[in-house]
Amino acid sequence: MSTKLRRFHQARWDEPIIYELSTEGERGLLVSQVEEEIEKAVGDGLSEIPESMRRERPPNLPELSQAQVLRHYLRLSQETLGADLNVDIGQGTCTMKYSPKINEQLATSPKVAELHPLQDEGTVQGILEILYKMDLFLREISGLDQFSFQPGGGAQALLAIASIIRAYHRDRGEAHRDEIITTVFSHPSDAAAAAVAGFKVITLYPDEDGYPDIEALKEAVSERTAGLMITNPEDTGIFNPRIAEFTRIVHEAGGLCSYDQANANGILGITRAKEAGFDLCFFNLHKTFSSPHGCGGPSTGALGVTKELAKYLPVPLVEFDGGKYRLNYDRPHSIGKVRSFYGVVPVVLRSYAWVMSLGAEGLREVAEIAVLNNNYLLKKVLEIPGASAPYAPGKHRVEQVRYSFEGLAEETGVGTEDVQRRMFDFGVHYWTSHHPWVVPEPFTLEPTESYSKAELDEYIAILRQVVKEAYTDPEKVKNAPYNSVVHKIDHAALDDPSQWAVTWRAYLKKVKGR
Amino acid sequence: MAHPYIPNSAPRVKAEMLREIGVRDVEELYADIPESLRFRGKMNLPEPLSSEYELRRHVEGILAKNKTCQEYLNFLGGGCWQHYVPAVCDEINRRAEFLTAYGGEPYEDHGRFQALFEYASMMGELVDMDVVNVPTYDWAQAASTSLRMATRITGRKQVLLARTVGPDRLSVIRNYCRPDIEVVLIDYHLETGQMNLDDLKDKLSAQTAAVYFENPSYLGFIEPQGEEIAALAHEEGALCVVGVDPTSLGVLAPPSAYGADIICGELQPLGIHMQYGGGLAGFIATRDEERFVAEYPSRLFGIAPTVVEGEYGFGDVFFERTSFAQRERGKEFVGTATALWGITAGVYLALLGPDGMRELGQGILQRSQYARRRLSEIRGLRAPVFRGAHFKEFVVDFTAAGRTVAEVNRALLDRGIFGGKDLSAEFPELGECALYCVTEVHTKADIDRLAEALEDCVR
Repeated sequence: MSTKLRRFHQARWDEPIIYELSTEGERGLLVSQVEEEIEKAVGDGLSEIPESMRRERPPNLPELSQAQVLRHYLRLSQETLGADLNVDIGQGTCTMKYSPKINEQLATSPKVAELHPLQDEGTVQGILEILYKMDLFLREISGLDQFSFQPGGGAQALLAIASIIRAYHRDRGEAHRDEIITTVFSHPSDAAAAAVAGFKVITLYPDEDGYPDIEALKEAVSERTAGLMITNPEDTGIFNPRIAEFTRIVHEAGGLCSYDQANANGILGITRAKEAGFDLCFFNLHKTFSSPHGCGGPSTGALGVTKELAKYLPVPLVEFDGGKYRLNYDRPHSIGKVRSFYGVVPVVLRSYAWVMSLGAEGLREVAEIAVLNNNYLLKKVLEIPGASAPYAPGKHRVEQVRYSFEGLAEETGVGTEDVQRRMFDFGVHYWTSHHPWVVPEPFTLEPTESYSKAELDEYIAILRQVVKEAYTDPEKVKNAPYNSVVHKIDHAALDDPSQWAVTWRAYLKKVKGR
Repeated sequence: MAHPYIPNSAPRVKAEMLREIGVRDVEELYADIPESLRFRGKMNLPEPLSSEYELRRHVEGILAKNKTCQEYLNFLGGGCWQHYVPAVCDEINRRAEFLTAYGGEPYEDHGRFQALFEYASMMGELVDMDVVNVPTYDWAQAASTSLRMATRITGRKQVLLARTVGPDRLSVIRNYCRPDIEVVLIDYHLETGQMNLDDLKDKLSAQTAAVYFENPSYLGFIEPQGEEIAALAHEEGALCVVGVDPTSLGVLAPPSAYGADIICGELQPLGIHMQYGGGLAGFIATRDEERFVAEYPSRLFGIAPTVVEGEYGFGDVFFERTSFAQRERGKEFVGTATALWGITAGVYLALLGPDGMRELGQGILQRSQYARRRLSEIRGLRAPVFRGAHFKEFVVDFTAAGRTVAEVNRALLDRGIFGGKDLSAEFPELGECALYCVTEVHTKADIDRLAEALEDCVR
């Protein structure tokens, strides 16, 4: 049965910038009025402020009535392709799975939304219970011993991890250990966060089979090795079977091993950080654990460690004495804080609800179907002319694959970025890869467990159509998109200091000469 | 039975896909994972709540144990504040299109880019600066990054911070500055809370990259010496970095007016629920100079032309500076943070407009001044502790009443009130003091109720 291609056109409202919609005197919201008695008692409130500290001119904010603000933003929302609306398997590494609506309702209830973080512990026993139990769940899933939900995303979790590694060596009198080893197919933040924490970064490249080069690792370790920060499976979707050897080599050199499990979707209940010898790990709750991505956060990088390292976790941690949950700040070895308060609590709540809806068997089913979907997709993509999956020929992959359109580019002149823009004409995402492009003309697909076979077939049909066009009418692909929100963008101005404009006022000054 | 979240767990589909791949069992797809690494046990997790109804009952049952700031009268602030959240803010950030989008390109996610560009444009007006980032995790991270930016811009490795900086933020800053940046605290005057300029002069040197203070401060007072502080910093070739609460900027001068080079702060008060501290989001703003723009780790969205005349496109400004482009050679790191709250803060600013922001700030000032007056009338209480102007928070001293803050707060709790944050551990030199927060959500009756309860508690 052939899959029908949609005659798609995304909403194109040609929506003005909000400043162009402004009309003097309009208001979107009235602020609650101060009672007369207060005004009588204290006056206008402003006279107390020293003159030099008063605002002279009102801020130049737009003026719109309420429905006009709503309509503007609803139009912008329609010009945004959320996972709820598309077969969102094109944003590989991002784990664009279904975020259940029930969890949204629970997370936005006043019982979560209207809590102040400094309330008396006796009044927040419910939310502390959620945090405590989610920690217990992640201990089971990872095999590690304790978790903190403070990091507000994967990169911040990595900064916390690098901070713990630093503190650990300092306490052992080995502050000279200043090198972190990572791989080029691990997320850029593994390298970047380690560098912020003061480490020199050594990056391993893949060997011929696509595995991180174990010989290169052996050469890299020394008395300066502080740790290994690595993903597995990497962005290629290839599982490194010698990972326990990697952690052993680093341990023998005196370093710690951190497992970047931002995306653990293909291995829940299958293999764990503990058995592979890791000392630290983190899970992105907005990826594997279903909390929605929110255009790029709010998010949580749930950070786990072994018993030995637990004393370094950020303060406070939630404890339970059998009767009452409490926040423990009395942790003298802690690295301190990486984010204010306790993290993005509603994200933890959504993940808690997600795990509760699946249980141990269900989590494993998530992983198995994500892997099934990925290998099905792999087979279908490899049938498309010009597409390939570098490394590990004939092998199965875990949850995603980094593909290449090198063949297509050579034969037609159409590169992966051209394909990307044309894909938007059919209402789907398509992501290439982080830099550097070790895989030429890359694209990365990750189908997760959330999409039906029919939806996977639809995505493949779109990819086939675009490739067919590349061979028959390459200019059409190169000049795409046509049915997306806007047409092909000229990016030159964005890298030119005399032209770039990050705000409307800068745009008016620099581009419009006002 | 197929799980509702996993379509291809339906047995017939699963079998068909396995056949298509050419394997008999999913197990074969994991052949590359050595047996020694396979987890063969059973994770000790609760039995799943298979129906949505059971799940709702279960989670709501746990959450019912919470008492919220709608049920209790709340005067806590200190880094997360109770403000009114307009219905349209919730309506927009709960839209499935925004809620479930992520890292698409400025074509199919054009709306996301435009909404964040507009957010930056409006924040830029509020702080009177030309560049604002896509938001980071929170104020603490924004301050930390602002300080690291300052060290790169100046090529120096020491930062001076007002001792009145919020301790929670200070802890984040300290960790983020390790190991290469020295953090030094500047004393404050006990009577006013304001920065001790003599101490600042002593500590400023050719090593200083930045002087950082907050306005309004963590302890609620307004620091009126901004101009002097900025001038002293600039004389030594250092930058002036100021942290700010945006709800104050309808009435207070933006820090750029008194010499700030980098402004940072918290977006949560702009239409975002407190969420037990989960609603935080940080912003950073600077002038549009290449030496500043080049040091942002965050994404910056800019307008760009398309092939169609008059059509707005968007894209990443100076992407090569980021860790996405350069890994460890990029500026710090960038990743998923709080974009949805940036969009929300934009909606909030658009709803209130210039007049709304002024009325908001003025109303907060009036209520907070009224509360101070009412509390200062209570025997044994001193409010505010610091002489001078305040915004929405102020310090109350219970020492003369012979009560600890902990005792007072327990008594208030019995009366359904969350009293101010206990400062006795964070600022022991102040004695038995608490930080009270009053915003536009408080009515005269609420404030009177607090005053009466306090009178009762310390009697």
